[in-house]
Amino acid sequence: MKKREVILSGFGGQGVMSIGKNLAEAGVVEGLEVSWVPSYGPEMRGGTANCTVILSEERIGAPLVEQATEIVVMNRPSLIKFEPALQPGGIAFINSSIVPDKVTRDDIQAIYVPCDAIAKELGNPKVANMVMLGAYVGATEALKVETIEEMIHEMFTGKKAKLVPLNLEALQRGIRCAKEQLA
Amino acid sequence: MKREIWKGSEAIAEAAIRAGCRGFFGYPITPQNEIPEYMSLKMPESGGVFVQAESELAAINMVYGAAASGMRAMTSSSSPGISLKQEGISYMVGAELPGVIVNVMRGGPGLGSIQPGQSDYFQATRGGGNGDYHMVVLAPANLQEAVDVMFEAFDIADQYRNPVLVLADGLIGQMMEPIVWKEHTPRVLPDKTWAADGRRGEREHNNFITSLLLAADACEARNIRLKAKFDEMEQNECRWEEIGTEDADLILVSYGTPSRIAQSAAEQLRAQGLKVGLLRPITVWPFPTARIRELAAGKCRGFLAVEMSQGQMVDDVRLAVGEKKPVGFYGRCGGVVPTVSEVRLAAEKFYQEVQ
Repeated sequence: MKKREVILSGFGGQGVMSIGKNLAEAGVVEGLEVSWVPSYGPEMRGGTANCTVILSEERIGAPLVEQATEIVVMNRPSLIKFEPALQPGGIAFINSSIVPDKVTRDDIQAIYVPCDAIAKELGNPKVANMVMLGAYVGATEALKVETIEEMIHEMFTGKKAKLVPLNLEALQRGIRCAKEQLA
Repeated sequence: MKREIWKGSEAIAEAAIRAGCRGFFGYPITPQNEIPEYMSLKMPESGGVFVQAESELAAINMVYGAAASGMRAMTSSSSPGISLKQEGISYMVGAELPGVIVNVMRGGPGLGSIQPGQSDYFQATRGGGNGDYHMVVLAPANLQEAVDVMFEAFDIADQYRNPVLVLADGLIGQMMEPIVWKEHTPRVLPDKTWAADGRRGEREHNNFITSLLLAADACEARNIRLKAKFDEMEQNECRWEEIGTEDADLILVSYGTPSRIAQSAAEQLRAQGLKVGLLRPITVWPFPTARIRELAAGKCRGFLAVEMSQGQMVDDVRLAVGEKKPVGFYGRCGGVVPTVSEVRLAAEKFYQEVQ
């Protein structure tokens, strides 16, 4: 498996930290070495937060990355900040519901995912991050879709179990959106 | 064994509870607030005591008191807070009390920044409080090691009746990684017959715990006894890891988070055909002086210390290497974490210089 070094960024509350955690947790389930590092500093309410996730078959050295294999961009400031940090040939996953811009580099690939629009269509704006997770997994195939599906079942239990079908649907919509753009 | 993903600070706190810590005393400070937060929830469940003290000073003295009663106790803080605890740490050494102190270092001096740092090395290894003293200082570089050393820390503290410092940095505190809860084989430890835990009619004498010895010759005698313990710690407790040092022309010496960055830089340089290795102290006191001296006598042409400071551990590398080989330094500080390419470039430049 190719080593994945992903930077995920967006407004606080958009779920970038949890998309990152989901990737890392799924990596552990699949027996990979993983690390998750949050940006922390004098952050502002409403400001942009990011985290770095590494998935690897080998022991992870530096847990921070300079050149990401993929970036997940949930808001406009994140695209400006992290487009230069993407490796040539890397993929930018862009939440096109919030970010009106296109990527400016021609040596990278962009996948535009209208996360919030899809989530709204599904009836719950909170699943926008699950749509993005689906897009990431669908395009990179870095993790098995079944692993994420099992995680969703484990995440929502008891009273929250009714949220399982919604999240599974959001995941599938993200996967489909990414695969259509790759085809 | 099952791998679980944990956040650094929470994993450290959980490891302490599993290691038998039943007293936590702290005062909040970033980037380690998840340790007291976790303790406030879990310590009462474990039958232990959690106190958010009114200050760092109070917290370390509560550790003193709890330890004096024979309880496994700890405190945690970050750099400026650890500075405030130095008096209490010195008193604990003087009174021969075990205990564990966790420092999740951030940028200094003063209040500094809240991002990762390593500029408390001198304070940690030279003694930040007054008097002739040392503590075993364990410096984990990943979360598995962070939890493993917590078990060790409490055992070492009890074995020598001396505080132990766990020296982590902000990144270790904040990051998440998988860990395995290994079966810890506890050391065979002496009974705490010295503890001031009440005579209960079982003991004729009072156990009296103090660091004050007004008679100079008695105080000197205690210093000599303490020195014998420090010598024993140096003999028994030094640990480190080596990666690719056997054939290395250049050896990077680095601990904690920067050692991981140095490891990545060394791998990249190896791929370029440069023979670069890594020596990673896991204890920074005792420092792996003898091993570095041995490597300096071999084919290696130089050593480069990589730290998140202006150059502190590099002094220990110089003391070990002496005049035998050149010793260089690369570091970022104030909360800035060096990048792999910065370290790689610094190492490459130094490599050319020592050829």
